[in-house]
Amino acid sequence: MSQLTTRMRIRHRGSPPGPKNATIPWLVRRLLVGVLVLFLVSVLLFLVTQALPGDVARIILGKDATAEQVAGLRQQLGLDQPLLGQYWHWLSGVLSGQMGTSLENGEPVGDIVGPRMFNSFTLGFMSLVLILPLAVIVGVFSAYKRDSALDKAFVAVSSLFTALPAFVVGMLLIAFFATSVLGVLPGVSNIPPGDLPWWHPAELVLPVTTLTLMGVMYLGRLVRASFIDAMNSEYVQTAILKGLGSRRILFRHALPNAVAASLPAASLVAAVTITGVVVVEYVYSYPGLGTAVVSAVNSHDLPVMQACILILATAYYLFNLLADVFAALGRSR
Amino acid sequence: MGKEVEVSGVTVTVDATGNDIVQDICFELGRGEVMGVVGESGSGKSTLALALLGYARKGATITGGRVVIDGVDLLALPEGQLRRARGSKVAFVPQDPATALNPSLSLATQLTEGLRLPKREALARVRGLLETVGLPSDDAFLKRHPRQLSGGQQQRVAIAMAIAAGPRLIVLDEPTTGLDVSTQARVLEMVRDLCREHDMAAIYVSHDLAVVADVADYVTVMYGGEVVESGTDRDVLIRAAHPYTRALLAAVPSATHRHRLVPIPGRAPGADESRHGCVFAPRCDYAVAECGTTRPELVPGPSGTSARCLRTDEVARTPRVLPRPHETHVVAAGGQDLFSVSGLNAGYGGRQIIFDVSFGLDRGECLALVGESGSGKTTMSRCLVGLHEEQEGVLTFEGRPIPAPAGERSKETRRGVQYVFQNPYGSLNPHRSVESSLVVPLQHYFGMSAREGRKRVREALERVEIPSRLADRYPAQLSGGQRQRVAIARALVCEPKLLICDEVTSALDVSVQASVVELLRSLLADGLSMVFVTHNLAVVRSIADRVVVLSQGRVVESGATDAVLTAPSHPYTQSLIAATLDVPEAIEPAV
Repeated sequence: MSQLTTRMRIRHRGSPPGPKNATIPWLVRRLLVGVLVLFLVSVLLFLVTQALPGDVARIILGKDATAEQVAGLRQQLGLDQPLLGQYWHWLSGVLSGQMGTSLENGEPVGDIVGPRMFNSFTLGFMSLVLILPLAVIVGVFSAYKRDSALDKAFVAVSSLFTALPAFVVGMLLIAFFATSVLGVLPGVSNIPPGDLPWWHPAELVLPVTTLTLMGVMYLGRLVRASFIDAMNSEYVQTAILKGLGSRRILFRHALPNAVAASLPAASLVAAVTITGVVVVEYVYSYPGLGTAVVSAVNSHDLPVMQACILILATAYYLFNLLADVFAALGRSR
Repeated sequence: MGKEVEVSGVTVTVDATGNDIVQDICFELGRGEVMGVVGESGSGKSTLALALLGYARKGATITGGRVVIDGVDLLALPEGQLRRARGSKVAFVPQDPATALNPSLSLATQLTEGLRLPKREALARVRGLLETVGLPSDDAFLKRHPRQLSGGQQQRVAIAMAIAAGPRLIVLDEPTTGLDVSTQARVLEMVRDLCREHDMAAIYVSHDLAVVADVADYVTVMYGGEVVESGTDRDVLIRAAHPYTRALLAAVPSATHRHRLVPIPGRAPGADESRHGCVFAPRCDYAVAECGTTRPELVPGPSGTSARCLRTDEVARTPRVLPRPHETHVVAAGGQDLFSVSGLNAGYGGRQIIFDVSFGLDRGECLALVGESGSGKTTMSRCLVGLHEEQEGVLTFEGRPIPAPAGERSKETRRGVQYVFQNPYGSLNPHRSVESSLVVPLQHYFGMSAREGRKRVREALERVEIPSRLADRYPAQLSGGQRQRVAIARALVCEPKLLICDEVTSALDVSVQASVVELLRSLLADGLSMVFVTHNLAVVRSIADRVVVLSQGRVVESGATDAVLTAPSHPYTQSLIAATLDVPEAIEPAV
């Protein structure tokens, strides 16, 4: 999650939309830029996968294949064409929904990636649904009890979690809950093909917990900071001097402003969570996009790999755009 | 027991150090009366204002005293009753309504929430209040959020909010500081009317003696957390018996005639400094050895006021020194060869702000650009220095035309035209020491070595009267006046020919303003030219040779300062001068 900190610093880029009537054109521009970004991602992705060592045809056919067989397959796969032609062939396929077939087992990429995307996004969204309210509750409570032992403990623990990579957190949770210590939850989240993830709630607990912990620890701190800002603001002082009750001051005066100030960060946490599933899935062997990417890389299954990465990049971009929109709304306030 | 408001012995203490921010404040106020509390920053006036509502900022505690309003001692009330007393017995109007109104709540919510009434009645009452303060009261207005209002409207909303529950005392903390003179005049009139109509007492906290003279029946002068003098407004402002009050009055510029401003030497004490004897003694001309050891009591003095001074008899015997008139700088008529602007048009985001402005100035001349907020004066000064993009027109410097954007100007031109910003708290890099901030332009313009640069920095600091031992300090360790001096020194090291000063004294205290104005005046005498952007006509009178009055981006009047300010011809200038307040002069013979 440490990349978030750097991202927050360069947050201010992009044109600030002024009055309301300028917001729509601005959004359209941002979406067009997004299409450009995704196009560049696709170019980069294609080049990188092409640069991977090994001849795909040779890998598919195995060591014993004759040179004629390899050449034949290369022709069949279009690998003998110039790079630009191959790229165009691939891109037009992606755009028309024909993402090709897996090199490993010949199934259409869509059939492989579709259910896995569903699994991944289920995992991501379940975590998000937990992260957002929990971060607000934890952050506000910590700010409200500022400088108490509880607050200090939260700040310390959240620093620790922000510094730890997701897979370490995952391993620790497995060690604690899935092995000899407690042994109450499955450490491997194997969801059979064709099943929906929530048919196996026990298997979901640890991956969701890992993602939620990471998100809450990071976002909770930001909420805490903006809530402290709001409570120190002059409008809260005005509310106190008006003789309002402390509950009204907390929930009507401070909270909306604190939450509004945390929204851009929340969208970034969402982006990181959705893409953070890659690592977490691998730790728990959860059948999602992340495990698909890893195994596709291992077996040189280029079409599957390209599809997965493109999906993750799109999701990441969309949440970033959301963060920018929230930040812009905040500025125009 | 007749008085509506009785304050006695109010003391607020810093938790961490045990030092008092305000100490033993006492006064009384009757119905419908207005008390002005005057003091410079750090005098504890805002802390006192909050303490009158039984509130202390984080890190401080009200440790003693009584605030009796309408027979109830607020400071003795338990939390719940104190909360109910706020709003209904005593209310607060903050300094900056832009930050004091909640940005995410509608006006209707903010105006009605303090009232313990059913929604419908509350709304009806609020509509009435909005009309009283001269604002629209329809649903569309009530649905607005604070950011959709102008500064003056926001302040009216804040005042309406304060008086909504019918308090007996209203505490106003510098409510007009951010406002234009004409808006200020309207707000002051409104405060007076409201107090009269509702028979409500008011405490008006301000650093501006002229404003207090205008609005208040009684004046209390605060210094170092203590009341140093109090009395009726005329007694305090005309027959001041305390040396600090007198020094403060001598530092105030007058809009009606030009005189030398006398800064107060030294700096105001902080709450963390331990003190023996009189707080003002270290800066006082009248101080004797006894003043350093004996703390004076607030006692009635010979001139009708109560003063906290051991030597009031001495002070009263010396007539209040009338500041010597300052001779007007003689400028060769018609010379406009240093800098000129002709046919300048500028806009922002496609909207035109400056319309066909032309003027010029001579060497050693000070030209004041005067206007209210929104008149385009800051855009104008940014055009001159080349920081504004959307502009057309001809600028000349030393007889030669120069390009509009600063980036396209020659190094020589950029060096020759320097800019001092309004806010010294934002214009200095907080992570650079004074010296390193000043060395940067020297290295850039003169390619100077570090050692030579350091020498020049010391010279420049000496010119602005900053002791060279402060060169290693960071801006946060300096006072506001010191920062503004450093900002001026930063411009001076470039050896400019023209200095553009954008509201450079508006963030400063009166005594500090006096020293900065005197500093700028001595720079003018050295032959520097100056464009002085301001809304403060008294400062204009003190420093400028000629005046250009801007209204809505157009020049409505220009000419010699004395001529324009004494006999304005344009209605806008006339209204501006009519709205400008002045401290009454001590014309009558000393007692």
